[in-house]
Amino acid sequence: MLLALLLDISYAILGAGIGAGLAAIGAGIGIGRIGGSAMEGIARQPEASGKIQGAMLIIAALIEVAALFALVICLLISFKS
Amino acid sequence: MSIFWSPTKRFSLYLVVFFLAFSGAFAAPQEQHESAPQKEQKAFDPNIIIHHVMDDHVWHLWDHGGTIFLPVIVYSEQGGLDIFSSRNFYDDHHNKVAYNGYVLDDHNHITLNGQSVLDLSITKNVAMLLINATLLVLVFAAVAKGYQNNRGKAPKGVQSFMEPIIIFVRDEIVKPNIGHHYEKYLPYMLTLFFFILFGNLLGLLPGAANLTGNIAVTLTLAVITFIITNVKGNKDYWMHILWTPGVPWWMRVVILPVEIIGIFTKPFSLTVRLFVAITAGHIVLLSLISLAFIFQSVAVGFVSSLMVLFINLIELLVAGIQAYVFTLFSSLYIGMATAEHAHDDHH
Repeated sequence: MLLALLLDISYAILGAGIGAGLAAIGAGIGIGRIGGSAMEGIARQPEASGKIQGAMLIIAALIEVAALFALVICLLISFKS
Repeated sequence: MSIFWSPTKRFSLYLVVFFLAFSGAFAAPQEQHESAPQKEQKAFDPNIIIHHVMDDHVWHLWDHGGTIFLPVIVYSEQGGLDIFSSRNFYDDHHNKVAYNGYVLDDHNHITLNGQSVLDLSITKNVAMLLINATLLVLVFAAVAKGYQNNRGKAPKGVQSFMEPIIIFVRDEIVKPNIGHHYEKYLPYMLTLFFFILFGNLLGLLPGAANLTGNIAVTLTLAVITFIITNVKGNKDYWMHILWTPGVPWWMRVVILPVEIIGIFTKPFSLTVRLFVAITAGHIVLLSLISLAFIFQSVAVGFVSSLMVLFINLIELLVAGIQAYVFTLFSSLYIGMATAEHAHDDHH
């Protein structure tokens, strides 16, 4: 009966939901750290704020892509089952 | 009030028109659901989200007359070359029917009497790609003509719009990463950048197809970069991979498979990064629009429209950034492969 419970497809969708949430947490932590360091850098040297902002935006996009990768897999799981 | 508005007022007007233009992005999908009979509440089908980001033989712009049935071009040993409209695959009630033995299944695969055929159809993404290519040719032919006519003079028109972007790609992306001989790779880099940029931006328009979110398209771009990197790789590049200098022989045995895999992870990461960024962005947009249809309420529709507007602006940013990142990494790989021997610490 336990095996039948484990093979129930609804657990796959539960896993997909949890996975999407974890991916969002990962993206949030990563981009938050980038933003924090960028703020600190701009506070230390306001003249470099243009360059720091530019670099921050690009790296935030790269981190976001990693989170979206996990999101797409979770969406695929939830739509396929 | 004078008929000539101050620059600030004019700019505000352009800004409002610009935002309103993009807020029309969710007018198209709403039409599709209003066509259902008003009396029965049609349950929301989440498959419509995946259907909108995937390729299709039919380009559905709006209901009642806005459907373009794109041509199907198939070649097989049995049937030879067959060209017909994809309208033949659908009957009056939009159910799929077989045509002359050709069957279109749910995954958009065409089979002839159970055997697969070579499908060269003009699908939605192919049509979008042709539109993108035409746009690129038109815009940059105009830019080139502008440079010819304005030789020695200040740039005018579309030339002055494209020039800062072209100089940005040349001076910030290609020159620092490829070093000298960068002029040889500049045409490819510029084409790559503007193809991805225009493809991303076109995909955000209402009713457009998801061009750069198609993994086949991004895979092709990454494979072209892969071919250029490895064909133009000089002796140092291949030495570093196959016979890493400066390490003992038993470590070389371990490093060799890792380096060989490393040759292939680079185009793989290029492919997946662009595909995921664009497709996931479209899926998020479509899911937020679908919120209004799941809850069937006008208030939720209003709030979701604001969220969609905000995310659309983020998607504009992502469109530019993904074009920049793809070109940056391509020029980085080519630069690393063609780098002249700069260090002699292991001789």
